[in-house]
Formats: sequence, C-alpha cells, structure tokens
Amino acid sequence: MNTDQITAPSIAYLPLIPILVVFGAATVGVLVEAFVDAAQRRVVQIAVAVLGLAIAFGYVVYLADQGTNRLIAESALAIDGPTLFLQGTLCLLGIGSIFLLAERKLDASGGEVVSQASHLPGSREDLALVDSGRVQTEIYPLAMFALGGMLLFPACNNLLLMFVALEVLSLPLYLMAGLARRRRLLSQEAALKYFLLGAFASAFFLYGVALIYGYAGSVDLGDILTATGTTGHSDALLLLGIAMLGVGLLFKVGAVPFHSWTPDVYQGSPTPVTALMASCTKVAAFGALLRVFYVAFGSSKWDWRPMMWAVAILTMVVGAILAVTQTDVKRMLAYSSIAHTGFILVGVIAVNRDGLSGTLFYLLTYGFTTLASFAVVGLVRDSSGEATHLSQWAGLAKRSPEVAGVFTFLLLALAGIPLTSGFMAKFAVFKAAQEGGATALVVIGVIASAITAFFYARVIVLMYFQQPSPDGPTVAIPSAFTTSTIALGLAVTVALGVYPQPLLDLADKAALFIR
Amino acid sequence: MTDTPWMTILLLVPAVGALLVAMLPKGQDLLAKQVALGVSLLTLVLTAVAVAQFDTRAGAPRFQFEQHQEWIRSLGVTYSLGADGIALVLIALAALLVPVVLLASWDAVEELVDVEGPDAKLTPNKSVKSFFALMLVLESFMIGVFAATDVFLFYVFFEAMLIPMYFLIGMYGGPRRAYAAVKVLLYSLVGGLLMLAAVIGLYVQSGRSTFRWDQLIHQDLDHTTQVWLFLGFFIAFAIKAPLFPFHTWLPDAGAESPTGGAVLLVGVLDKVGTFGFLRYCLPLFPWAAHELAPYVIALSITGIMYGALLALGQKEMKRLVSYTSVAHFGFIGMGCLAFTTQAGTGAVFYMVNHGLSTGALFLVIGFLVDRGKSRLISDYSGVAKVAPVLAAMFFISGLSALALPGLSTFVSEFLVLVGTFTRYKVAAVIATTGIVLAALYILLAYQRTMQGPLGGLGEKVKDLKAREVAAVAPLLVLMLFLGFYPKPVTDIVNPAVKATMQDTGDTDPKPTDVTATGEKG
Repeated sequence: MNTDQITAPSIAYLPLIPILVVFGAATVGVLVEAFVDAAQRRVVQIAVAVLGLAIAFGYVVYLADQGTNRLIAESALAIDGPTLFLQGTLCLLGIGSIFLLAERKLDASGGEVVSQASHLPGSREDLALVDSGRVQTEIYPLAMFALGGMLLFPACNNLLLMFVALEVLSLPLYLMAGLARRRRLLSQEAALKYFLLGAFASAFFLYGVALIYGYAGSVDLGDILTATGTTGHSDALLLLGIAMLGVGLLFKVGAVPFHSWTPDVYQGSPTPVTALMASCTKVAAFGALLRVFYVAFGSSKWDWRPMMWAVAILTMVVGAILAVTQTDVKRMLAYSSIAHTGFILVGVIAVNRDGLSGTLFYLLTYGFTTLASFAVVGLVRDSSGEATHLSQWAGLAKRSPEVAGVFTFLLLALAGIPLTSGFMAKFAVFKAAQEGGATALVVIGVIASAITAFFYARVIVLMYFQQPSPDGPTVAIPSAFTTSTIALGLAVTVALGVYPQPLLDLADKAALFIR
Repeated sequence: MTDTPWMTILLLVPAVGALLVAMLPKGQDLLAKQVALGVSLLTLVLTAVAVAQFDTRAGAPRFQFEQHQEWIRSLGVTYSLGADGIALVLIALAALLVPVVLLASWDAVEELVDVEGPDAKLTPNKSVKSFFALMLVLESFMIGVFAATDVFLFYVFFEAMLIPMYFLIGMYGGPRRAYAAVKVLLYSLVGGLLMLAAVIGLYVQSGRSTFRWDQLIHQDLDHTTQVWLFLGFFIAFAIKAPLFPFHTWLPDAGAESPTGGAVLLVGVLDKVGTFGFLRYCLPLFPWAAHELAPYVIALSITGIMYGALLALGQKEMKRLVSYTSVAHFGFIGMGCLAFTTQAGTGAVFYMVNHGLSTGALFLVIGFLVDRGKSRLISDYSGVAKVAPVLAAMFFISGLSALALPGLSTFVSEFLVLVGTFTRYKVAAVIATTGIVLAALYILLAYQRTMQGPLGGLGEKVKDLKAREVAAVAPLLVLMLFLGFYPKPVTDIVNPAVKATMQDTGDTDPKPTDVTATGEKG
C-alpha cells in the first residue's frame, strides 16, 4: 500500500468550533506568556480564557439550537445531545473556575497559586518571590488545555481518541494540583499521587482499548456495538475489555474502589483547582463513561450492570461513611463527592432514557453546587491561609452570617433537601433507576443519603450552634470574581430546586446518543 | 364556596411575613416581634374565614379550595392544594398555635441563659429576628404539608419542615440542643428518605405518570408491592408521629427545644405522621393497611403503656410531657387503624385536642422552668402558694391530658376507645388502663411541684404575667368549649373520615355493637 493512497479524512469543522476555540484560547495563552509584558499578563490571560469559554458556550448553544446530531471526522467524534449538553455545562463551570483562579484579594501574597513551586516554602528565594509581586499566570493556559480536553472527552466516539482526550485533560491537572502557595508539600504530594495513580488508570484504560480492539477489530464505538450483536467473537476479550475500560473511567469519576486519590488530591490542591477538578472533571468523565457504556456496550448491559451495581453500592456507602469521620472540610467535600459519584452511577445503571437525562441533570446541578461550595471554602482563612479544619469553622454564623447562610444552603442542596437542585437531581436519578428495575439500589441510595445528611448537618451545627473561638479564622472579603462564581452556583441551585422544568426538558431532549 | 385559592394564600402569608421579618434592620427586635405576631394573627383570621366557608352539608365535595397547577411536567408533579375536613382542622390548629406560641415566646430569646462550664462555647445564639422568622417559615410549611394533595408536593413540605425546626432547636434550645437538633433531623430524614423511595415506587408501579393523590388512589397494586410501599410510608409517619418503637427522639427534642418550638413540634409537626396514616397509608394501600393493622395496633397499645410508664418515672418535667405524648400518639395511631368512623373521627379530634392540651402543658411548664431555671420536678414544691394562676393553668392542662370528662380530650379518647372496641375488643380494653396511668403521672407531678410546703426553687417563682395568661387561656377555653360542644369540629371531620373509609372499602360494624359498647362506656 502506497502512502499516497491514504486520503486525508474529511472533517466537518463547524461542530468542532467549541473545542477548537478553547484549545485556541489555550494556545494564545501560551503566546501571551511569551510576548505580553508581565504587568499586563494576568489581565490578558483572564480575558483570553473567559472570552474563549464564552465564545465556545455561545457556539454550543447555537449548535444545540440547530439540533446538531452527527458523527464527524470519520465517526471519531459524536456531536450529539449529550455532548452539547455537557459541553455547555463545562463552559459555564469553566468560566466559574477561571474566576476562582483569578481571585487575588483573599491571600495577602496574591492568589492561591505559587509561581515558582520549586522554591522551598519560606526560603529566601520564596520570600523574594512574594515580595516581587509576581503572580502565576501559566495556570490559565493550563486550565484551558484541561478544559479543552474535557470538552473533547465526552464527544469521543472512538476509544483511541478518548484516550488522547483523557491525557490532554489529565496532564495539566496533575501539574496544577502541585501549585499551592500554602502547604506546598501537601500539594506536591497530592500532585505526585494524582499523577502516579492517574498514569496507572490510564494504562488500564489503554489495555482495555487493546482488548476491545482484539474483540471487535475496531476502536470505533459504533463498530463495537455491531460486534457485540454478532457471534463468533471471544467473550473473554469483551468482558476483560469492559472491566479495564471501566477501571480507567471509574478512576476519573472517583468511584470506589478507585477513589483513594480523591481526598488527598482535593485537600492538597489549591482550592480553585480543586473546584475545577470536582466540578468539571467529574462532568467530563461521566460524559465519557456514559458514552462508552451506553453506546459501545449498550446491548451488553447484562454483562456490565452487575459490576456497576457493586461499584455504585460501594461508592455510595463507602463515600458516605468515610465522610463522617473527616475533620477537614476539603476532605469531607471530597468524600461527599465520592458519595455523589455513587448517586450518579445509580442513574447510569438505569440504562434508559430517563436515566440518561437524569444523569445529565444531576451532573449539571452537582457541578454548580460543588463549584460554589469550594469557592466558599476558600473564603474562610486565618494567618496561615485557608482554615480548612472543621473545628475552625465553629461559630462562623456569628462572624459572617452571609457566608454561613450560603454554605448552609449549598450543604442542604448536597444533602438533597427539597427545594434545592440537589433534591430534584437525586429524585430524577432514583426515579429512573426504579423504572429500570433497580429498586434495591434506590433503597441503598436513600440510606446513604441519610448518612451524608449527617455530616452536612454536622457542619451546620458547627457554624450555627457553637460559639466562635477568639483566635478563629476570619472570613475574607472576596473580589467580584469569587463573588460572581458563588452567586452563579447559588442561583442555579435555587432556581433548579424550585423550577427545574426547563432544564429537565433540555436534558430530556439531549438524552439520546447518536450511534 | 368560592374560587379563592385559600390554601395558597394561607401558605404565602406566613412565608412573606417571614421574609419581611428577616429583612428588618438589625436592632429592631420589638418591631420584628410585632410584625411576626401580626402576620400570624392575620393567618389565623384568614384560616377562620376559610373554615367558615368550608361546606359541610351532605353531598359537598370532600376536597375544597382545590387548586391544580402544573409544576414539573416531565416528572408528573403538580402543585395541587386542597383541604378535606381532616386537613382543615389541622391547618386551623397550626394557625391557632403559632400566634399563641409567639406570644408565649415574646421574651424567650432574650431570656436564654448562657451555658457555663465545659459547654460554655454552646452559649445560645441570640438573634430575636431569626427566631420569629423561623417560626413563620415553619408555619408556612406546616400549612403546606396538610394542604398538599400531590404526593410529591407533600414530600417536599414534609422534608422542608425539618429545616426551620432544626434551626429552632439548635439555636434556641437547652444545653444539649445541638445533639437534639441533629437527632431530630436524622430520625426524620431517614424516615423521609425511605418514604421517598416509596413515593417513587408508587409512581413507577402505578404507571399513571402523576403524583396527584386523587389519581393515585383506587388502584389495584399487587399485595407484595402494597406491603413494601406501605412500610416505606408507614415508617416515615411512625417516626414522625412518633409511634413506639420509633419514639426515642421525642424526649430529647421535647426537652431541649425552646418551649415554643416544642409546642409546635409535638402539637403540629408530629400530627403529620398520624395525618399521613389516614391520608396516605390507608387509601393508597388498603390491602396492606388491613393486613398490617393488627401489628400497628399492637405497637400503639405498647406505646400507650410504655409511654405512660416512662412518664411516671421521669424526673424532668419536659421529658415527662414528651412521654405522655408517646402514650397519646398510641391512642391516635390506634384510632387511625381501627377502620371505624367513630375511631377515625376520634383520632382526628384527638390530634386537635392533643395539640391544644399538650401545647398548654408545654407552655405552662415552660413558664415554670423559665422562672426556676431547672427542669427537675424535685426542685419545686408548693408553687401554688406563690403562683396560683400558674398552678391553676397547670392543673387544667393536666386534667385535659388525662382526659377528664368535660374537657375535649375526653370526647376524643372516648370516641377512639369505642370505635376501636367494635373491632379490636382486647386492644381497647388494654388501652383503657392507659387512662388510669395518665391520671397517676399527671396528678403526681402536680402534687409534687404545686402542692405541699413552699420550698426549693418554688420560692423564686413569680406568677404569670398578663401576656402569658393571654397565650394559654385561649387553649384552655377552647378545650372546655369543645368538651361540651364538639360538633363544630366533628361535623367538619366526619365526612372526610367516611370518605377515607370508603377508599379503603370498609363499613362500620353493625350499629348494635356500638350502642352496646356505648352503654358500657
């Protein structure tokens, strides 16, 4: 075969614009680092990133409005309802995360992120760095590359491309996790842990791709589906392949037993980065997981559902129970995010249209609530940075009724109390699961919900029913960046709790994968 | 009957009032109190107007003031409100108790004592404004939970109700209030979430794509499904009610709540449980209800005896009242599941009377404890000598708790016992002994604290202020009035109970039985 016989694939670029714009903005960000004067760099970087995400969002809306539903680039990418729904969600959550990264009023030394992580904390070079007023601006292109990978991830209709997207979104995150200005060792440990375990999980994923290729002779999700419908293939390859792919994807969503990185990484990373990981990464990873299991393995659900059952039950129960014992608010939110992964998996297991739309709805509501929660966590500080130990939160309602009130509402939403978006989301996935015949799972789910309510309530007890200690933390006054992120998260949480119909409609309309 | 959306109005008035109170500037405590009281009185007046418009003639529709609005179309959820007789009297009870409680708690927040010793950091939070705002939020949700005729909407109010209660106990309660608040929240939440599973199950099993109550009844669910769904609802309601053995949260909550919170908690919130038996458990799952009724009645009787015996052994007054409530809820639970019109009407009337009588008892004891700063019975002696009005009010509310003839509680207890006797003779007979125990625990407590030589903290007790008398007096007057003339309430309740009986496919046992027992009673 001659090389000149390979024709370049014809690619329809229009539906790719959101992804391309975000990657483009990231690349521009790199150029900005090189060519723009240090004094203006931060402003330009923020503008580029936010503008890129805003344009991407606008275009996603346009595509959705056009009813775009097609496979492009030789069916390597699927721009369909779920893709667009999740891309739109990711763009908005991304803007919120960028805003959190842009905050510099909270920390006296100007931002959560250190510009030269290799300096020893407190060393002469480090202090000189603080004095110089240099701020970290590479973080914006890094975040944009990660977000670009996340936009790509749920759109992949091809396992190899999915692997590429997985790496593109992960690598910047590994780096960003290690950039905390305060508690730098913890942060660097988190980054290393995340990297090693992430690489391990990627290897599993890749091995799964290889096995599935051995089974179906293709890495295209549609071809895999076709192969599962015909006989003459080795089931062992299929089952092992499903398991391996499952490990890779379940690692990213933080499901038990692949969750052990979550608390350490959430705790160690700079809080804005944690917010980005907790909201955006979860949304993107669930998007990919849904596509793999609903499209490629849609007709072999009897093979993977038992496994998912076990994982979902473990995730809900372990996440909820371990969260009870936490004393650090970031770790607690990490375990709570594990429990929520379990709840979302309940929707995945339903394997019906309601399950898909419920899962999409859940991802959006959870993303916004979590983003705002971590933004609030970043506000409570003492002289050594963020005061994340729970005992330091005692009596917060006295110091700052507004912050305590907002956080309480977000916690109630995470606990799934009615009139918040969290309740509607939980209701949607539980209902779908019961329609799919998974009643036992729903019962375990509600019990786990009750356990999660316990530790959310404990934080409220601390904030409201106890007296602040005199040397306790203060609540920093944030700039408009953090404030608008919190306001956005709060508004979504309230609005979808009271009147979820429009978004449920949207999710329902979107809930159909193209095959 | 008019088309005025009464239920929405009743729901919104306190909610808007709460918002108003919450938005008042700092330092305007007196104004906050006045606005809150004004709003609650307005709600009471509006409720009275609604009750007056309620059609009790034969052939009148069971649900009145109905409203159906689409809410979440894709989930089949509607904003449906309406009231039958049962719901209406309970709404009226809530609307009556809130102003009473606000009046009684006028200075409660300022009078909170600082905690000393190791728990010093638990010193109460003293925002007057939020106390009164929370009370109004609670009122709005309480009215909503009774008025909802959509199972989903009911669930929303059922859970939402917990949040203001949680803050009321946690911020304004006694020394162990954080513990009590979390306990209340978790107990109710566990029950509520099990109910959520059952609510979803009901929706899925029915296949009718709606949560509207009137479209979910009269369906033939298979028996196993009915039992499971019944249990899901029942456990939630039994925890709420609280029925033995799900009652263990009540003594803590009752003792640690601020007095006003305790009155609303035991007086109204708990009624949601027994109301739920009648509105949801029986008509939705009639087969399971019949099948499981004997067990529920057995639990109820256990509760009557157990609650009474434990009340007898209590050293603390607020815990004593809480345990008497466990016993009383045994009676109500028994009446709900006896499947006779008499017992059903009796149970609903009992709910109202228990709200009045326990409300009064909690208030009076609250006044006493506020004065003496101790909840122990043994710390008081001879209070009647220095505070005759307080003692008299204690005595009357005590008598109502032991169901003395002439007070309304007697009528309801009698109806429940007679109605139960026609179906479950042994149960009724055993339950009757509970009345004897009630006389014991009430009279002993009265004797120990009010009678005898003046001593202990009794010397510190001053008599009731005019404001406090004004808060309790309406309850006592109403109990006396309904004791002699219960017809206004029973007329409203009776058709709804009959309709419930029809929904479950029951008819009363032959009337000869009833007269026979009537003579015995």
